[in-house]
Amino acid sequence: MNPTFEELSVGQDIGTRSIGVTRQDLVKYAGASGDFNPIHWNEAFATGVELPGVIAHGMFTMGAAVQLVTDWAGDPAAVVDYQTRFTKPVLVTDTTGTADAGAVIEVSGTVGALDAEARTARVDLAVVFDGQKVLMKAQALVRVS
Amino acid sequence: MTINPDLQGRSYPAAEVYDVGREKIREFARAVKATHPAHFNLDAAQALGHRDLVAPPTFAIIIAQRADAQLIEDPEAGIDFSRVVHADQRFTHHRPIFAGDRLVAELHVDGVRAMGGGAMITTRAEIFALTDADGREPVSTTKSSILVRGEGQ
Repeated sequence: MNPTFEELSVGQDIGTRSIGVTRQDLVKYAGASGDFNPIHWNEAFATGVELPGVIAHGMFTMGAAVQLVTDWAGDPAAVVDYQTRFTKPVLVTDTTGTADAGAVIEVSGTVGALDAEARTARVDLAVVFDGQKVLMKAQALVRVS
Repeated sequence: MTINPDLQGRSYPAAEVYDVGREKIREFARAVKATHPAHFNLDAAQALGHRDLVAPPTFAIIIAQRADAQLIEDPEAGIDFSRVVHADQRFTHHRPIFAGDRLVAELHVDGVRAMGGGAMITTRAEIFALTDADGREPVSTTKSSILVRGEGQ
């Protein structure tokens, strides 16, 4: 993509992405990140601590959602700041042995603010699972050429 | 179990060095379903002017959570890891993380607030790269809040 600053305007859409998530994805993320909290891979453990079931790592959702921004920016190094609040869990049902996702996360992004002096764009992400926003104030600050 | 309110203001110095490897960047990128070639292909990263593979924007969580583990595993802290829920997270990158970086993290406990029977704990990891001249260069500042749920929460 490689947008230039002059092409951007506040409110502009940067695109959408649909992310299918399986229990295996959570095991992969646990291994890659080192976060082995069993609430992300063991049903009995998760329900034993009063969760509705196995939930995705908040950091999995945050990490997967920003790929929309990275691909739009054309360079992962352009993302200079990225923040979010985790407001709802993403419940991932066990679909092991089938081709189905255990959860589908919908991501869309818009340009929320522009700083002409710093030549940065703030991209606001809407990250939705099961009709509800799971991330709030998900904002990525992108350096634009 | 109660959270020790004296944690606020506590710091844990940089402990072990984290060596950023190319395969780790590729593995983490796959795990967050990233597809940008700068995470996977050296030529693609260098074509963008980078010296090596570029880590995804949330890669620093690996180093930050290792630093957090010092607090969570501190018996004086009184934190039950199985009741920890991640409440918010922020990454501020002073420069990108590249394969070949040797990183260390200092952990600061910026806030401890009682909530119901549990507590909200805010930590900040200052991540530096070690330089050849025995110095260190700021790479990322990560901030996170964790909610330690009380019983019945």
